[in-house]
Amino acid sequence: MPTAIATRWVEACAADEIDEEDVIRFDEGGRTFAIYRSPDDVYFATDGLCTHEKVHLADGLVMDSIIECPKHNGRFDYKTGKAKGAPVCVDLKTYPVRVEDGKVLIGLD
Amino acid sequence: MAAQDISSDYQKRDYSLVGFETQRAVERGLATAQWYQCPIGRKELKELMRRSDGPALRDTAIWFGALALSGLGGWYFWGTWACIPFFLVYGVLYGSASDSRWHECGHRTAFKTTWMNDVVYAIACFMILREPTVWRWSHTRHHTDTIIVGRDPEIAVPRPPDILGLVLNIFALKSAWSLAKKLTLHVQGRLDPEEATFIPEMERPKVFREARIMAAIFIGVAVWCIAIGSILPAMFIGLPSIYGGFMTIFFGLTQHAGLDEDVLDHRLNSRTVYMNPVFRFLYLNMNYHVEHHMFPMVPYHALPRLHEAIKDDCPTPYASCWAAYREIIPALLRQRREPGWYVKRQLPSHVAPLDVSAAGAVAAE
Ligand code: FES
Repeated sequence: MPTAIATRWVEACAADEIDEEDVIRFDEGGRTFAIYRSPDDVYFATDGLCTHEKVHLADGLVMDSIIECPKHNGRFDYKTGKAKGAPVCVDLKTYPVRVEDGKVLIGLD
Repeated sequence: MAAQDISSDYQKRDYSLVGFETQRAVERGLATAQWYQCPIGRKELKELMRRSDGPALRDTAIWFGALALSGLGGWYFWGTWACIPFFLVYGVLYGSASDSRWHECGHRTAFKTTWMNDVVYAIACFMILREPTVWRWSHTRHHTDTIIVGRDPEIAVPRPPDILGLVLNIFALKSAWSLAKKLTLHVQGRLDPEEATFIPEMERPKVFREARIMAAIFIGVAVWCIAIGSILPAMFIGLPSIYGGFMTIFFGLTQHAGLDEDVLDHRLNSRTVYMNPVFRFLYLNMNYHVEHHMFPMVPYHALPRLHEAIKDDCPTPYASCWAAYREIIPALLRQRREPGWYVKRQLPSHVAPLDVSAAGAVAAE
């Protein structure tokens, strides 16, 4: 699934709100997103719900560049959105992220 | 025995995935629903979910090592009575310990490294007579809709219980027959209608390919036996699933048998049973079954710690297999006569089960 083209930037959280190698949930305008902080301190964002059965990925486990869904352990590469095999077959949509003044901003379409 | 309920207006249930109960489960909000989870802090849960290869590498090395040693003994003493204990050990390691290995590796939680999970998953599936892709999807559904009638393909003991089937499965005879029927279908490139409800289109070529490989191995072993005029090769590949499968049902029945159906709370439809270290090695801590269903991301080696963290919010665990079977056997016999009867687990007094109507079910897939 392609990365969204940012038409507006939205403040999601403070950068230090997310632990290293972790994820939090961010809701905006009736949509839900997952914001990640990688082990090497880079931030990423994807759709918040697993493409398999719409479970919140923010309850899952981040391992290196993988987010594992809490329901059936389906895995995605949160940097690219790529689904890594059954039971997840559909990629996640990803969003551009930038960090400014200690805030994490995500670019929404 | 725990408290029990009897519903007087019991109607025979349809456990198939294509019958009237399937639609009914969706309408009742039981399909793809929200389930109760015991409260646990994110930090603590993250710690429990942490993966590593170490414990599974150790346990897999012991497992393969014990298989090799017992197999060697069986081969050495073949033709004498002395081979029996060796094949007994080999059979249990092959036909029973494989149950928990396919399970943990299927969740990809046993090892941190994905390919290690996938390799052990494929081997263990073969040993336990399960087709890897079929069971990956079937188990996914089991976790979405645990013991929801019309949705869960892995309800081991539909009511009224088929006691003969359970007895046959002491030697995996029912599951072997079921595999034979399914393999015949799959090698021809066909699925049965129930499987088609949970295996997506794009995964089906993999199912057919695996079925052909599995069938070829079984045929190869049979030809080998005929060629040398001995069943010895089959004593190592194929038959151990039958003669060594009895611990699979012994452990497996403790998971859900006799408990309630159609509840969105694993504390009411699953058992946690304390087991001795040997059983826990064979079963890879699957005896902490409430914990596993509630938090499937926690690897097997962390389940005892998870149990400690949430046990005050759960029913009292069973002190032993014996304690569990003192409940299960009478329960199944009674369900023969009264299929509406079930064992009702007692929740701690400070908590209530999740109400189906309040569960906020989302649409089924
Ligand atoms: S809901 Fe995410 S893997 Fe099934």
